[in-house]
Amino acid sequence: MLTTPRPIRLKGRSYLALTLKPDLPIEDWLMRLDDLAARSPGFFLRRPVVLDVEELDIDRTQLRALSTQLAARNVRVLGIEGARPSALAPDLPPAMSGGRDSGETVEESTAPASGRSVVVERIVETQPRKASSSLILDENVRSGQSIIHLDGDVTVMGNIASGAEVIAGGSIHVYGTLRGRALAGAMGNGEARIFCRRLEAELVSIDGLYKTADDLGPDIRGHAVQFWLNGETFNVGSLA
Amino acid sequence: MGKVVVVTSGKGGVGKTTSSAALGAALARGGERVAVVDFDVGLRNLDLVMGAERRVVYDLVNVIQGEAKLSQALIRDKRLETLHLLPASQTRDKDNLTPEGVEAVIGALKESFDWVICDSPAGIERGATLAMRHADVAIVVTNPEVSSVRDSDRIIGLLDSKTVKAENGERMEKHLLLTRYSPSRAERGDMLKVDDVLEILSIPLLGIIPESMDVLRASNLGAPVTLADEHSAPALAYFDAVKRLRGENLPVTIPGEKRSFFGKFFGRKAA
Repeated sequence: MLTTPRPIRLKGRSYLALTLKPDLPIEDWLMRLDDLAARSPGFFLRRPVVLDVEELDIDRTQLRALSTQLAARNVRVLGIEGARPSALAPDLPPAMSGGRDSGETVEESTAPASGRSVVVERIVETQPRKASSSLILDENVRSGQSIIHLDGDVTVMGNIASGAEVIAGGSIHVYGTLRGRALAGAMGNGEARIFCRRLEAELVSIDGLYKTADDLGPDIRGHAVQFWLNGETFNVGSLA
Repeated sequence: MGKVVVVTSGKGGVGKTTSSAALGAALARGGERVAVVDFDVGLRNLDLVMGAERRVVYDLVNVIQGEAKLSQALIRDKRLETLHLLPASQTRDKDNLTPEGVEAVIGALKESFDWVICDSPAGIERGATLAMRHADVAIVVTNPEVSSVRDSDRIIGLLDSKTVKAENGERMEKHLLLTRYSPSRAERGDMLKVDDVLEILSIPLLGIIPESMDVLRASNLGAPVTLADEHSAPALAYFDAVKRLRGENLPVTIPGEKRSFFGKFFGRKAA
């Protein structure tokens, strides 16, 4: 048992990544990629690359072969976007989703001899955005469900059940009972708050700092409360 | 076309099989044609509760694998000719249930029965998800204690996401059946109160079945409680639940308690 538990902070952090969007047949696309690599050696060197297979009808064997082919060309794939769950496997890079195009596009300066270029589609940007869009859920969040909304606030009109979790980039508002977990400011937003009409939570967290049910005093249990951060300290206040 | 009802719970031992048999028999007593389907492949029980264990020749897996016709596997109840049982296989495992096979069997049953009641196995694995997959209505069986309630909550989440209805963007009609309810233990605070369960699960209440020796006695006799002892408290509660399932607006009562108090109490909560 730890006597003085130091909190472990879990935070979202975003990076710029190139996305590669292969097209069929893969063999032709790889040839064009080789052509590009021959003209700009080291293009992919040390750059994290996300493989976007959204529009490809590709199964696990083909995806694994593609991954091997890319590895042989020193292209290091850090994640795969848009693949069917059945096409993924533990030995393949993990699934990624929710990427947004950044304004920047990598242009290919030299015109390819073949007339068609390898399209280095876009740079995915997942910079922390301003908490802008909010998500409103009209129903209960049921046990086992996980709502992840990193763009802004989440408002739950019903309950968050025991064993359910809501992860928001902004604040979390619960008009019913909060029994499960609420993680606000998950992308590194210390201004985020958690509001609930009745507190029975298993865990609350703001900007990576958290409190478990045991840390929540019996005096606030069952009450309408809000949580906010003041620097590194967790504050709780009544909503009455 | 008949209505497909799944009786489910997540947690085991809460009364799914007892309730499937009791509700099936209660519906069949009204003259409607009822098929009760046991989805608990490998651990079947419904045949025992319905007293048909010695008459099982073919089962659900045989039908799905094309080894028997549906009509050969269906067992007609000896007491009620409108009540039928489609037993599960005891020797095969759940992997023998294929989505296509289940869809075909349910589709065929809907053609010739008014009600198809799917008795789900416990858990959230293949057997349970296939049992709920084609349902029109779900009955969530819950005991008034925390682990059962949380498992039911998990199941409601699956009903709203993993069923054909949910995938088509339609709403799955869900009802709560609170079983093994003991007013005296609730009074002492040993059990969750009815309104606490309703607040957590937020689905309409179909009925409250009291904890009773009559249920155990009926099971051991091999008869649904609604056939074995139709005047017993649990049987009356099941009959009322069936009326509500048919759409009657009946205030929820606990048999043996004052109707007026509970009518007022639950009429509002269950709305």
